[in-house]
Amino acid sequence: MSELLLIVVSAILVNNFVLVQFLGLCPFMGVSKKVETAIGLSLATTFVLTLASICSYLVQQYILKPFDLEFLRTISFILVIAVVVQFTEMVVNKTSPMLYRVLGIFLPLITTNCIVLGVALLNANRSQYTFIQASVNGFAAGIGFSLVLVLFAAMRERIAIADVPKPFQGAAIGMLTAGLMSLAFMGFSGLIKL
Amino acid sequence: MNMVFIAVTALVILSLVFGAILGFAAVRFRVEGNPIAEQINALLPQTQCGQCGYPGCKPYAEAIAAGDKINKCPPGGEATIQALAELLDVEPEPLDAVEGEKPQMVAFIREAECIGCTKCIQACPVDAILGAAKQMHTVIVSECTGCDLCVEPCPVDCIEMIPVASTLQTWKWEHPLPPGTLIATDRESLS
Repeated sequence: MSELLLIVVSAILVNNFVLVQFLGLCPFMGVSKKVETAIGLSLATTFVLTLASICSYLVQQYILKPFDLEFLRTISFILVIAVVVQFTEMVVNKTSPMLYRVLGIFLPLITTNCIVLGVALLNANRSQYTFIQASVNGFAAGIGFSLVLVLFAAMRERIAIADVPKPFQGAAIGMLTAGLMSLAFMGFSGLIKL
Repeated sequence: MNMVFIAVTALVILSLVFGAILGFAAVRFRVEGNPIAEQINALLPQTQCGQCGYPGCKPYAEAIAAGDKINKCPPGGEATIQALAELLDVEPEPLDAVEGEKPQMVAFIREAECIGCTKCIQACPVDAILGAAKQMHTVIVSECTGCDLCVEPCPVDCIEMIPVASTLQTWKWEHPLPPGTLIATDRESLS
């Protein structure tokens, strides 16, 4: 149990996938202009991450490992992720058409979001992970992503109405803010060793 | 050789399984109609006036859902543009109409001049004109949306658009001046 807790804290704070491992920066910069949109994308990404790490763990353990096919890891994980994203897209389109429209191109782009493939590959690298641990790691990675995305979007909403000097307006101040947030998250390093 | 065969078989089986899952999901989660257009339609004022260039509010809603501009609805005015921008997550734009936003108008038939031709009744999109052939017509004020469409067909020009007088219920503060403009007394004191 404490092992699971450590995995959660590690994925959310200490080794946060966005601000410490620098995975998934495209939606982090792209979908952080409005808090509602950011929450929508966080939910979709968390869902995809959890499902993708479960599926890729199953593929890794029951297909790739027994047949000694671990060199096919990347291509089969990409296949898994593409299917999970397509599935999520259909579900979102059915349940919340507004969110579907707002997310727009960023929903299919979760496929190429490196955080998803990153979590799947990191899970596969740590071969001591059990099924539960791998899925919890995926879920926690999603929570970590959601946390920083929503925090960042809330800050950018305020920055948008702030009096920013001309050279820093737009993406530049966003990058600076992201860098400062990343520095703040570096403060968690050394809290846990995994 | 054997290795390659196993690898190809594994990938093919994996793809087939995933394809089956997606195929099932496509049938299970099929979306009927365009739910966005419905939501946009609910925000439009439903005057069916056609000033946007479409035959009514529903076609305009479908056009917006397909990517048309949101600023073509004079009866809705600024409030509708704001609501649409909020819904669609785009930037609100100024109203795209020749005269800009008009005050709320209502049609008025000078009943002494009316010849009872029923042409305005056919033109009215919201059935706000009451009357029959060779009988005097009149406008149901609470139904009239002020869309102007009945003025044109009248052969004796007895319909005029009058602004709705503001009552205690409908009165509201005037919009503040845009930044940079001065009120009249300030301009006078400067010059």
